Amino acid sequence: MTHEPVLTFNENGIYCAAGDFYIDPWRPVDRALITHGHADHSRSGMGRYLATDAALPVIRHRLGDITAEGIAYGEKRQIGGATVSFHPAGHVPGSAQIRVEVGGEVWVASGDYKVIDDGLSEPFTPVKCHHFITESTFGLPVFRWADQAQVAAELNAWWAGCAAAGKTAFLGAYSLGKAQRLITMLDPDIGPILTHGAVENTNAVLRAQGITLPDTIHVTPDLNPKDHAGALVIAPPGALGSQWSRRFGAHESAFASGWMAMRGVRRRRAGDRGFVISDHADWQGLLWAINETGAENIYVTHGYTDIFSRYLNDNGWNAQVVPTQFEGETLDADDAA
Amino acid sequence: MKQFAELFTAIDQSNKTTVKVAALADYFSNAAEQDRLWTIALFSGRRPKRAVTTTRLREWASEASGVPLWLFEESYAIVGDLAETIALVLPPNPSDDSRSLADWINALRGLAEVDEPARKAFVLEAWQHLGGSERFLFNKLITGGFRIGISQKLMTRALAQATGKPEPELAHRLMGNWHPDDVTWHSLIEAEDASADASRPYPFYLAYALEAAPEDLGPPADWRAEWKWDGIRGQLILRDGEYFVWSRGEELMTDRFPELARAIDHLPSGTVLDGELLVWPQDAPLPSSFNKLQARIGRKTVPKKLLQEAPVVLHAYDLLEWQGEDIRHRPFAERRALLEAACADLPPEAPVRLSPQHQFTDWSQLGILRENARDANAEGLMLKRGDSPYLAGRKKGDWWKWKLDPLTIDAVMIYAQSGSGRRANLFTDFTFAVWNGNDLVPFTKAYSGLTDAEFRQITAWVRKNTLERFGPVRKVTPHHVFEIAFEGIQPSPRHKSGVALRFPRMLRWRKDKPLQEANTLDDLKDMLALYG
Repeated sequence: MTHEPVLTFNENGIYCAAGDFYIDPWRPVDRALITHGHADHSRSGMGRYLATDAALPVIRHRLGDITAEGIAYGEKRQIGGATVSFHPAGHVPGSAQIRVEVGGEVWVASGDYKVIDDGLSEPFTPVKCHHFITESTFGLPVFRWADQAQVAAELNAWWAGCAAAGKTAFLGAYSLGKAQRLITMLDPDIGPILTHGAVENTNAVLRAQGITLPDTIHVTPDLNPKDHAGALVIAPPGALGSQWSRRFGAHESAFASGWMAMRGVRRRRAGDRGFVISDHADWQGLLWAINETGAENIYVTHGYTDIFSRYLNDNGWNAQVVPTQFEGETLDADDAA
Repeated sequence: MKQFAELFTAIDQSNKTTVKVAALADYFSNAAEQDRLWTIALFSGRRPKRAVTTTRLREWASEASGVPLWLFEESYAIVGDLAETIALVLPPNPSDDSRSLADWINALRGLAEVDEPARKAFVLEAWQHLGGSERFLFNKLITGGFRIGISQKLMTRALAQATGKPEPELAHRLMGNWHPDDVTWHSLIEAEDASADASRPYPFYLAYALEAAPEDLGPPADWRAEWKWDGIRGQLILRDGEYFVWSRGEELMTDRFPELARAIDHLPSGTVLDGELLVWPQDAPLPSSFNKLQARIGRKTVPKKLLQEAPVVLHAYDLLEWQGEDIRHRPFAERRALLEAACADLPPEAPVRLSPQHQFTDWSQLGILRENARDANAEGLMLKRGDSPYLAGRKKGDWWKWKLDPLTIDAVMIYAQSGSGRRANLFTDFTFAVWNGNDLVPFTKAYSGLTDAEFRQITAWVRKNTLERFGPVRKVTPHHVFEIAFEGIQPSPRHKSGVALRFPRMLRWRKDKPLQEANTLDDLKDMLALYG
């Protein structure tokens, strides 16, 4: 093959020369195709944005006044010499893998993804391609997610226990995606679901685009915690243990993240409880997704990149590590989920 | 194991001491006797002998999970705990086993008698029948380490809640040589006349570091002061014509210090001394550095040559038992008077010496003495209230360590590596360098001293400022200056810088300090000349 690769990686991000656009660039460029609204994939300062119709409201909400266009899942669009289309990544509502075809060669940039159906995001669909760009946030065999129903049962049992003991249950989660997924997993019969402003703002955006979420109560300065006995409060991790949370008196705190699978991290970060739940694929999920694409060439962008690509190379793929500024699921920043 | 796993889960799912202690007390009130005894044994560091090497366990786990060995090792390096890594990589299965904790431990001990294929079959079968935390705990039992968030102190508190006996008494009962096979719950915990083993030590009384000014402690006349020696704490027991040496970590070290056997010739049976083990040749004016002692601690049996080169003495500073009587409740001044009398006639070749006290009438006098502690090869001063009883464990109020300030140097971070276990996804292990002309020469690593928030901040920075990767190590842009504190400096031909530091840690992140103002290799060499 003597022709230029369809996608290349440069200091601005993932670049398509045939269409002169970038996917999830981390520096300002003229034309950006965005996989989803998390801050490490969707940054300010781009000339033009293209994202799925379902992802766009949150992106607009976060980035303010931008020049942006929406696209439906599966819709084909010609940009220069490239044909692009967006396909569900299952990561958060509106998230997409971006398929780019030039001269019969197909590349897919998957952004962040998970392969199980969370009941909220458009479920992941494998896209056949020759070259697949993948994350590996949880690319170690120690990560294996339990069924969502089982985690939901644990979560609700914990909440019910807190409520019975007269304590408020505090649950730390990212305000886009994870928080809404958790809200749908909760059993509203246990008590009221209260939300931090950052979570409620995202709830409002998603509800406005037609996504159904159970009722939540926004914690405003004049809210009296005593009026909401047995409540569960969902807030960004940073708000737990802060001044903001103190007004609720006796409480237990928990954190929901794939990182909670590791006991050491759980003990460092989780407060009282850690629930293992992630919007990224676990080890089996990553391998399944890669297998389904039929791609021979794999580019690993973030996570346990060295280890994961070595495993792929040992098992017949042609894999390489590509340094990017994507962060995957962090325990610390609220946004980069 | 189910009951024990439930206890573990209750402990693991809370970070509140009261909840943990209550769960444990409940277990002590309800579990079967052998399970209770083994639980005490495990939480006080007494574990069944390791029946399978960790190398075999890794191989078997790799085989049973289908995860290649290299990948298993990589995962282990990140998880930081072998028992947990194995539990995580194996395919999940529900638990269908009804054996108790003691049953499992006894079965594991039986493995010593069988050949390797039989051991392997046993382990693989256990993995199949134990799910979730039971599998993790089984792995903990088989790998030996058992630190799962319950300190001996908390366990003793729970036992006190369950039995109504006072904590210090229980702490003492649980000390020393005992084994769940040889004791009953009654003989260990309840019997009035504990027919204790002759080697049983007393719980050590531990001091807190003095943070406030010594003036806040009140009139100097109420206090006694002595050097805080740079050795290891030891308890020397002379009973029934035998001697026993215990470390603070409750390890019996008698065989490592054969020279202390002669203490029997000089002190009566029924004597227990608390003091500092130091390498100190008879005619030397000062004790040798800690390095010399380290060579001794590392040896289970001591060659004659080493015994001559690095003779160990106990510098006694307290008397806990005298004429067979426990005198810990008596005031320190009284115990000390008895100790001085007992040591009065010791000849210079005796392996026990009295740790001298400093005379002082005001705190400033003592402050000057402390400044010069390094000249005496000491780490600072110990302050003890004259009327204090000898308590069990770390207690505030009567005993304080007033240590010297550490040595410090400003250094540049040049490499970063992520931690494992608790710190699995943070960069926490850093290499630091000092200037040598225009070059940065690495001289130490440090892992501790920053807050979690600072580690998170530096982690985000490292991700964005990586110049090169060497496996797990990242070379970063030289930018950040840290103040490194350390306790001592030694020449070291193995290091590029020519020095090795003792207990280096990050004291402060000097965000105010420009890169060029970090210290130099010459500064480090000056410190070596001064303190090495």
